[in-house]
Parts: sequence; C-alpha cells; structure tokens
Amino acid sequence: MYEGLEMRKVYADLLIDYAQKDDRIVLLEADLMSSTGTKAFKERYPDRIVNVGVAEANMMGIAAGLASMGKIPFAHSFTAFATRRAFDQVTISIAYSKLPVKIGGADPGVSAELNGGTHMSFEDAGIMRNLPGMTIVEPADSAQLAALLPQIIDHPGPVYMRLHRKNKEVLFAPGRSFKVGKIETLEAGEDVTIICSGMMVKPSLKAAEMLRKEGVRPRVLNMHTLKPVDAETIIRAARETGAIVTAENHSVLNAWGSAVAEVVTEHCPVPVFRIGIQDHFGEVGKSDFLMEKYHMTAQDIVHAAYAVMDKKRERR
Amino acid sequence: MEETERNRLASKANEIRQLILEMIGKLGVGHIGGSLSIVEALTVLYYKHMAVDPENPLWDKRDRFVLSKGHGGPGLYAVLADKGYFPKAWLDTLNKPNTNLPSHCDRLKTPGVDMTAGSLAQGFSAAVGMALAAQMDGRGVRVYAIIGDGESQEGQIWEAAMFAGNRHLDNMITFLDYNNMQIDGLVSEINSLEPVAEKWRAFGWNVYEVDGHDVEAVDSAVVLGKRFKGKPTMIVLNTTKGKGAYFCEGKVSSHNMTITDEQWREAVDRLRKESDPASSCEG
Repeated sequence: MYEGLEMRKVYADLLIDYAQKDDRIVLLEADLMSSTGTKAFKERYPDRIVNVGVAEANMMGIAAGLASMGKIPFAHSFTAFATRRAFDQVTISIAYSKLPVKIGGADPGVSAELNGGTHMSFEDAGIMRNLPGMTIVEPADSAQLAALLPQIIDHPGPVYMRLHRKNKEVLFAPGRSFKVGKIETLEAGEDVTIICSGMMVKPSLKAAEMLRKEGVRPRVLNMHTLKPVDAETIIRAARETGAIVTAENHSVLNAWGSAVAEVVTEHCPVPVFRIGIQDHFGEVGKSDFLMEKYHMTAQDIVHAAYAVMDKKRERR
Repeated sequence: MEETERNRLASKANEIRQLILEMIGKLGVGHIGGSLSIVEALTVLYYKHMAVDPENPLWDKRDRFVLSKGHGGPGLYAVLADKGYFPKAWLDTLNKPNTNLPSHCDRLKTPGVDMTAGSLAQGFSAAVGMALAAQMDGRGVRVYAIIGDGESQEGQIWEAAMFAGNRHLDNMITFLDYNNMQIDGLVSEINSLEPVAEKWRAFGWNVYEVDGHDVEAVDSAVVLGKRFKGKPTMIVLNTTKGKGAYFCEGKVSSHNMTITDEQWREAVDRLRKESDPASSCEG
C-alpha cells in the first residue's frame, strides 16, 4: 500500500483525508512546504494552509492563537527549527497554555544529510521532552504514521512528531495497530532487549536477526512514543531480559536512551547501553555514511548487545 | 462623544486605577507602572466596544483580548473583576499561593483571559492567530491586543506585524502602550522604536496616534479602526507609566516596585477626590 512512497507523501495524503472529515484541521508552514510535502494539501485546501514565511517563532504563536479558537493546527518545519529555534514559543504559547498544536519536524537526526550540521538536530526530542504535557512520537514507517495520526489529531494536548520525510521503508503491514504511549513488541526474546525508534528500527531488526543466528534471543521493542514513556513495558523488559540496548537517531543524552535509563534505574536497575549520537554535532553526509561514522549500524547494535549481556553476567 | 459618555468612561478608568492600586498595594509589590498606563484603553474596550459575556467567559462568538505585555495583568484583573468575571475578593489574592491571578496573564487560571502572556511578543503572535482564525471562518469576531514599547524590541512583534499586514487582518486592533519606559531606563535611549508609527504603516497597518489617557481620543481611534477595511489597526497610545499614582507616575522604577501602605492609600484617596471633588469637603 505504501510501497515506493515517501513518508511526506503519505503524511500529506492522510492530512487531506482527515481535513475532509474535520474542518478544524489547518496547516502552517514556514517556507518549507516543498520539503515537508504539504503542497498537495495546498492544492486541495488552499484556504486551510498558511505559509507564514521564514518565521518559526511567529508560526508557533499563530498556531497557538488558532488552537485557542478551536482549530487543530499542524505546524511544520525541520526538526531543528520546529524545536530549538522556536522553543520558548512552543514552551509558553503552546505547552504552558495547553493548546493542542501538532508540531511536525522533518529531517530528524542524520536524515538531514547534505544540509549538514546546522540543520542536523540531535537534540530536538530531548529538549521537547522537558515540556510537561508534550507528547512526542516518531513513526518508523508510513503504516505506523497512518496508525498514529488519528490519535494525534484527537489528542487534546500538544504533540511533536519527528517525521523522516524521505523514508520509504516498509516495516509494518498497513492497518497494523499502534497506540500512542504504548511500546510495540516487534520480537519476543529473553536474553537482551533492543529498544528502538524511527530510523533505528530497521537496523535493530537486522541486528536481532544477526543475534538470533548466533543463538542469542533478543527482544525488540519499538518505542515510537518517547513521551509519555511506557514505563511498564520497559520495566518488564528489564526484569525479563536483564540487559537493554537503546538505539536512537538522536543524541544519547535526554531522549530515548535517557528515558529508558531513567525508568530502569528507578524501578529495576539493569545495564543499559545507548546507541546514538555520542554528544557531538552533525555534519554533511548521506545517512548510511553518518550511521556508520556514528556507530549506529546493525553491527554496532550487535556489539552493544554482546557488551551489555557481558555486563549482565558480571553482575551475577 | 457626549459629555456624559466621556464622564462615564473617565470615571470608570478612575475606579479601575483605584482597584489596581489597592490590589498591588495590599501585596506590597508589583508591576504597577505598566498596569496603570493601559487603564483608559482597557476601559474603552471593556465598557464600550467589546462583545463579551462575563457570565460566559468562553462564549465562542466573543471578541478576544490579548494583553501581550503580560506583566500588566493586574490592570486587566481589575477590569475583569469589575465586569463580574470573578469576585472582586479575588483581587486580594494577587500572586499569593494558589491564586488565579498570577503576575502574568494565564488563560488557564483567570476567567476572561483569552491568552497566556509574559514571555514578550508571544501574546501578539497568538492574537494574530486568533484574528486569522476569525478571518478563515468569516466570524464577526474582533481581536484586540495591547503590546508594550519595550516589548516592541522583540523581533517576534515585527514577524507578527508583517504577517497581519500582509493578510489584511482588519478584524484586529492593537494598541501600543508607548510610555517610553522599560526596566532599565527610557526606550528612546536603550533601543528606540522611532519612527514607530511609520514602521507600523510600512508593515501594512492603519495607524492612529492618540493621547492614551484621553478616553475620548482612544474611543475615536477604536471607532475608526473598527470601520477601517483592508488593514489591521495600530493605535499608538502616548501614555505615562504609573499614570495616576503620585508616588510612581512617570518613574522608570514603577515597572515593578515595592509600595507602602501609606502610598497606595494616599494615591487612592487622591483619585477619589479627583473623581468627585465634593468628597474632599466631606472628609
């Protein structure tokens, strides 16, 4: 169903569908309509998409005003500018004001590719996680996006979506159900748990396959919702497997790896190894190159799995 | 404007000033200067122009008001209490634990407050968003906002101004409280806005400049602004920070100052006498 389609194409089509059913839905852009894929929406609903120009802070304020009037605004930019560029506006006008603005950030992490370090946000989900009441989701493919989007529309609070616009992966069957706030178990296993999100789901599944071939039984969990954190599923994984690897297309500080480590240390301390960007800025490069350079490949996840299982044994 | 109408509004403004002085005075500290400088604008809006229903603060067809210079909250609270949005007794809870009347306006706490503000310039963008929503829906809703002059040093004010001008949001009237004072000194010395009226005109706004303490002048500008088609209206209010309070009028320190019991009582007394000269004989 979504074969060969970029996530942004699916996203725009889904918004067109939902806009038809719900006249509260409006879109906001800050001169990145061509990138975020919402031009198709503009053709269909020219009066319900507003391009504010290159002014992300104002866009977030306008979105808050629209939401206060009963609209459901979807405001888009690159992850870097949707978050850090407009963070005080998102904080006060949206989160603190409890207004249901849906913020879409395109090009998370290494997917910013040739735009390089200035556009490559490794901190966006981390800073957004500080905001009380902010829901944060990162779909791994279009089928998952399609399952999560209606819940995002219906959610009465603000939501931040990390959207990998050029993603053409087909990981899940269309129609598979995913629940915002609930970790999805992709593979069962008892030796080690791999908790992954977004772009890191595919290498995590590959790593699991490599591990299984070597007799290791990994559990693979897809944490598509960073916040609210599904503590129950993480605690169960800690208890039942005793070792966790997290894999995220983000700094290992403050987002997925941190959230898992926080839950685990409080409730069921077991070793946690974090795959992701190890506290440095980005640079130009294709995703494959960057994932290799930053040690985010399937092979890196396998190494981390063995290392964390060694750690588990040392503790016994 | 008829004299009785002018007297009614001027007398209401005087009453609101007394409430503000009492509210902040009882607490002993607060943003007195910028609350007092916007009293006439608030009075003209809430007692003459705005379609609102204090019994139903969330009525969806109401006109919206955003105090983007959110630190002027006490000025707005005095008006909302007087209009009956909440009991006047609430005014004594300003900034006390668990209050519904925080220093800066909060849409979730105070009935009648349409938007949270305090981080400067953000309320103005939200007001523009409200006007945009009303324009999209063809609703007859008007949006009013007050911004500060210090606040106008924020880039976001001009982002929002450019957008509102380009979108012809003629359902929006914004006031600039031009008292020429900010925390660290005079706006004209720190980072001047001049020529401010020309700036707003250049951004596509219909601009009036009036004495912000003359209810008739403020009212006339609002009347014209409501009629004006094709552009949002900016009313530059030439004001005095701390207006009406002898101990802080025209003083930079009035932004957020401590106030003694004697000061606020004396100021209220003077306002009473000003409003009703006969009362000075009674005492």
